[in-house]
Amino acid sequence: MLELLSGFVAELRTAGVPVSMGEHVDAAHALSVIDLGDRDAMRLGLRAALVKRSDYQAAFDRTFALYFATRRTPDEIATTQTASAPESPETSTTPSERSASGSEMVQQIADAIASGNLRDQREMASLAVDRFAGIEAGRPVGAAYYLYRTMRQLRIDEVEAQLRSGHEVLSPLEQRIADEVVTDQLAQFREFVEGEIMEQLIEDRGVAEMVAASRTSMLEDIDVMQANRDELERLERALVPLSRKMAARLAQKRRRRRRGPLDMRRTMRESLSTGGVPIDVRFRPPHPTKPELVILADMSGSVASFARFTLLLVHALNNEFSKVRSFVFVDGVDEVTQFFDEDDPTVAADRIVSEANMIAADGHSDYGLAFTHFAARYLDALSPRATLLVLGDARSNYHPACADTFDALTRKVRRTYWLNPEPQSYWESGDSVLSQYATYCDDVFECRTLRQLEAFVMGLK
Amino acid sequence: MSAVDPRQELAARLGLSDAPRPSFTSPDALVSALAQHDYLASPEIGAITYLADRLAKPVLVEGPAGTGKTALAKAVADATGARLIRLQCYEGLDESKALYEWNYRKQLLRIQAASDDEASWDRLEGDIFSPDFLLTRPLLEAIRSTEPVVLLIDEIDRVELETEALLLEILSEYQVSIPELGTVKATQIPMVFLTSNATRELSEALKRRCLYLFVDYPSVQRERDIILQRVPGITSVLAQHVASVVYALRSMDLKKSPSVSETLDWARTLVILGKEELDDDFVVSTLHILLKHQSDIAKATRELRRTNGA
Repeated sequence: MLELLSGFVAELRTAGVPVSMGEHVDAAHALSVIDLGDRDAMRLGLRAALVKRSDYQAAFDRTFALYFATRRTPDEIATTQTASAPESPETSTTPSERSASGSEMVQQIADAIASGNLRDQREMASLAVDRFAGIEAGRPVGAAYYLYRTMRQLRIDEVEAQLRSGHEVLSPLEQRIADEVVTDQLAQFREFVEGEIMEQLIEDRGVAEMVAASRTSMLEDIDVMQANRDELERLERALVPLSRKMAARLAQKRRRRRRGPLDMRRTMRESLSTGGVPIDVRFRPPHPTKPELVILADMSGSVASFARFTLLLVHALNNEFSKVRSFVFVDGVDEVTQFFDEDDPTVAADRIVSEANMIAADGHSDYGLAFTHFAARYLDALSPRATLLVLGDARSNYHPACADTFDALTRKVRRTYWLNPEPQSYWESGDSVLSQYATYCDDVFECRTLRQLEAFVMGLK
Repeated sequence: MSAVDPRQELAARLGLSDAPRPSFTSPDALVSALAQHDYLASPEIGAITYLADRLAKPVLVEGPAGTGKTALAKAVADATGARLIRLQCYEGLDESKALYEWNYRKQLLRIQAASDDEASWDRLEGDIFSPDFLLTRPLLEAIRSTEPVVLLIDEIDRVELETEALLLEILSEYQVSIPELGTVKATQIPMVFLTSNATRELSEALKRRCLYLFVDYPSVQRERDIILQRVPGITSVLAQHVASVVYALRSMDLKKSPSVSETLDWARTLVILGKEELDDDFVVSTLHILLKHQSDIAKATRELRRTNGA
């Protein structure tokens, strides 16, 4: 068991969950008092001992599900696989009739889901996988493929329609709640199907390979430019809690960054209670400084998603800066600060794409032209107290860089930072003219992931 | 698997003659004991609290505000008949408020009252650094207590990163070192709960010493049961309905989702108003009990109305 645990801990570490030696020992202690027959108790116990951050819990659960996969016992497999086997009387009412036609199957699944009976649902899921997934031994296809295939063939959309239509006329509020319930139930069923597929794949390929194949990166390490739609959605959802956390930390940091000058009066008063001996020395609170930000973001296709994130994050942190003005450009420049007055930042970000007037010529990014336009129209946005933040890959499509215009801009502000969403090894390749601008920046950062973005914003002065 | 029981090991380190027995015999026993004190624990809460008791480890309870983190510690204290010692954390909390403080004034008085002769000075010096002149604060109090205690360190994320270090010794060794006196060891094994709203990342050193429990908003069923238990006179139909509405609200993207305590307030209001059923207009008109931001109320109203039109 201890060896198994060590292997599991090693696997967690590769999955990006940090586990210390002490936590490993705790987990071993935990195993000694947990009922090992109860898989869920084991999962909870190990998780409490090994994982100390809520955002790692999902990664833990995934790894656990694979590593300590439950093999179906032979007789369980028998009931689902031998179609002609006579059902025992008490299970004949459960929906594991193999002969069911497609539409009957839809009905049975819908019934199982509607009844809320998890055992029936699990059984239906395993039945559906046996029937539709068509898992072929040794074929290197991902679980996602089988999941898609099973869900489509069991006609999940019909199941959904049936579930949604199952109610008589409802008030709008009730309708909404009912919809919510159906969505959750379907998600649950989907999980069952996915779990079933995983189990069968493990039987086929063995644990080690499946664990290796299913390694996914942590949310904050996803490369924003490479992210697929699903990942982008997850990232966007993570932004609000992240910004809240960062705001609290920034405020805290600001309050105690420096002690102010000695407060003579309060020190004297304090010393009265100790017979005039100044035991506690008092300082004045430090003067808070909030940076002023001017953001200039490239919104052309290649880097738009990154710019969107940065704008969302910075505007969510609005209170932590004394002033934020945002501009977007492709080859023309437009101010977008006013869009963020709206209470919903994602709506604001969508409006930027549809309403901002950032194309002046042919719609390919042209940094030189954009800086020239900016200098002509918005020079008043820059002040000696401001920090200028440029977001972009500096790929100017071989247009003139106009580095001296950029130089003039940087002279107007206190600091200039360039955030580049490309990996550092790509800089300066092809039409990237980063180095021409970089000389005028105080610093240039590679900013591909949420983690890097967070670190940059936290360090901003 | 090693045969050494973690509790016995700790008891040996603390120099206790026999290890205090764990307060609960199984996770299920714990859940039902808490239920008798009006706390409905999910299986996860039950399993991890049991584990903490069994392993004599502190639990770090993290989760959004108003999900019953503090209530868990209170319920455990009630269920075990232990005294609850609570340390409310805030920014600027220091050693003298959390651990102990020498009573300067009393020491000064003692010095002034002493005679001036040289020989008595040594005695005096030993005297003023004795436990009589020590003001115990919650952490030391919990360690010195001879009866069973539950120590609740509330909202640990509010203190500065450096202040967390104060807790490390007590969390891993159940002892407090006072330079002038030596080490004070626990005479029993207290149950320790730390709560955090996750407004900041806690230090690795602290997390390593604790078990981790993430308490999220309850499921609809559990929230319904909580409402039924805590709000007298509510029908189960209405409780179910309340729980579903709150669940729907939480799934919206709001600044501040309604907490369990706000749900209970709302349910109580409904009972006082003699409502048997919820209708849309009524929900909208009492949203301010559940939601505390004007923009959230506007958004929720809009969402509810939008479904109305559909």
